[in-house]
Amino acid sequence: MKSLLSCTAISIVLAASSAQAQQTTVKIGVMSDMSSLYSDIGGAGSTAAAKLAIADFIKSNPNVKVDLLSADHQNKADVGTGIVNKWYDTENVDLVIDVPNSGVALAVSQIASTKNKVFIVSGAAASDLTGPKCNANTIHWTYDTWMLANGTGKALVKTGGDTWFFLTADYAFGHALERDTAAAVESNKGKVLGKVRHPLNTSDFSSFLLQAQASKAKIIGLANAGGDTINSIKAGAEFGIVKGGQKFAGLLVFASDINALGLATAQGLTLTETWYWDMNDANRAWTKRWQTERAAAGKFPTMVQAGVYSGVTHYLKAVTALKSAADGKAVIAQMKKTPTDDPLFGKGSIRADGRKVHDAYLMEVKSPAESKHPGDFYKLRATIPAAEAFRPLKDGGCPLVSG
Amino acid sequence: MVDIFGIPSTALFGQLLIGLINGSFYALLSLGLAVIFGMLNIINFTHGAQYMMGAFAAFLLLQYTGLGYWLALIVAPILVGIVGMIIERTMLQWLYKLDHLYGLLLTFGLALIIEGLARNYYGSAGLPYQMPEALVGGYDLGFMRLPIYRAWVIAASLMVCLATWFVIERTKLGSYLRAATENPTLVSAFGIDVPRMITLTYGFGVGLAAFAGVMAAPIYNVSPQMGSELIIVVFAVVVIGGMGSILGAVVTGFGLGVIEGLTKVFFPEASNTVIFVIMAIVLLVRPAGLFGRRP
Repeated sequence: MKSLLSCTAISIVLAASSAQAQQTTVKIGVMSDMSSLYSDIGGAGSTAAAKLAIADFIKSNPNVKVDLLSADHQNKADVGTGIVNKWYDTENVDLVIDVPNSGVALAVSQIASTKNKVFIVSGAAASDLTGPKCNANTIHWTYDTWMLANGTGKALVKTGGDTWFFLTADYAFGHALERDTAAAVESNKGKVLGKVRHPLNTSDFSSFLLQAQASKAKIIGLANAGGDTINSIKAGAEFGIVKGGQKFAGLLVFASDINALGLATAQGLTLTETWYWDMNDANRAWTKRWQTERAAAGKFPTMVQAGVYSGVTHYLKAVTALKSAADGKAVIAQMKKTPTDDPLFGKGSIRADGRKVHDAYLMEVKSPAESKHPGDFYKLRATIPAAEAFRPLKDGGCPLVSG
Repeated sequence: MVDIFGIPSTALFGQLLIGLINGSFYALLSLGLAVIFGMLNIINFTHGAQYMMGAFAAFLLLQYTGLGYWLALIVAPILVGIVGMIIERTMLQWLYKLDHLYGLLLTFGLALIIEGLARNYYGSAGLPYQMPEALVGGYDLGFMRLPIYRAWVIAASLMVCLATWFVIERTKLGSYLRAATENPTLVSAFGIDVPRMITLTYGFGVGLAAFAGVMAAPIYNVSPQMGSELIIVVFAVVVIGGMGSILGAVVTGFGLGVIEGLTKVFFPEASNTVIFVIMAIVLLVRPAGLFGRRP
């Protein structure tokens, strides 16, 4: 009951007249964390982004009919696979998008492959989705652990932060992030002095910070996410970590986390994102529309939500070109063949392993004095070109590449 | 520098102190639970949500009325306490005669509803709350830097715990309360309004949770799930201390904070399991808990 009830079918009004002979029908399902810790990163904001993408697309392509569904996977792989199986089998859903949880995303990717449907990952981080676990029905859109590690890790080592201590969330995601970052640090001649693995959802980090302080490392890498990252940084401010000359590196930090920390606490934090709402006029205009659609004036969209918009847009282009969404592999092949272009991520491309590549941005959180308006969080420190931002194609171990 | 088990003694002192600070949070939260269980026989699973409500109230007071931290420390517990009393009057009071399980289920359900509402309106990422100016900064103790705020947390928690213990164990009001728990019919025969006393007691216990929430707001993430992460640990503290024992809740709260702090140094992965291991051992050896009165 739980998952079925939360599936709300939202029909998108279409402007197409009934006289149109050739009509392509597409069904898209946004599956996200709608009710728990990642619901601000994806959640209802992802559904809103998908709605905007559909509305924009049918304006110029009135002969396409798009239905949108959404559901809550509750961060449980069994719940998620149940929903997706039902969507693919009985509801004729063609595309599943978002899924901000690496465990659930890896499971859904398998189903999409078996049933020859399309799966676009925006919310999940694990780089394995385009590595050993890649397949011809999955595209990883917005970001991944390798890109985060490489972006922040490399930049900090090059600007003098050559000794590191990790605070790592003790589960698959944290380990992957720590592993990828440590590799980036060491390959740039930095040194990892130590690490401590903390349980997920720890509220007090003072003990771990004391260990980090004792290590004398210049950089404290936070290989955790959400509430754990926020609690680490809050405690760090209190224990004078930054004043003592050490620096935090947020390895996975979203705009919503900065909002929760407040700039006074978060200032100076370095992080990597692939999309930032206040970067240019196109993003700002889209943010306004998103806020109206989401009915949340004070919220700011994350890169995950922007990724959903971008992914849906490119998917619909491919389906329209093929005039059918029936063959998942064919749609994905079409998507890989055509360069991507949308107002939010600009021009980009999708590689053979399913990795969407675009520029990434190394950001630094502003101080309260530098911030001019609500949501004015970051200053741009460096742009990492698309070609360098993601893991080189040959290093991923994806069977689609070698085989 | 002297090493103890391979850890420099200075680092060890730091960790002990941090353990005490965390323990003072546990003590504050388990105190409210112990009061509610000891006096009302209700297993208050809404406690975590009420702790969260305290932190949220502090945020909202600042946002909409400009009321700062110090006033929020007084106003937020009162507001949340009133909400608690309404819950007690409208729902809990019908369950006193039934098995503990019903109260547990009701309060657990309420906790989920309150958390869901908070998430719906404020999202899951959390809300910013700055530390009051007067408490920013720290003392250098030589072996570690003690943030002023943490020192304040220990002091405030100790004061509140002592005051509560004193009122319940050493004053006339407390003796009425304890008598009412033993034999409500007899006490009301003396002209004491027992139902009202119970409502106020519940309100007080809830207020303690909210007080802890305001104390936590400047240092922990103020998010809808902040309470549910803590409540299970706090329940373990209460069970180890002996359900309903106020002294037990306070002593165990501080003690387990220290043990958890040390685990974070020697074996960090186990730091959120160690309390439950201790709970299992204590339940095997002393089923009523370390300070429990009844077997």
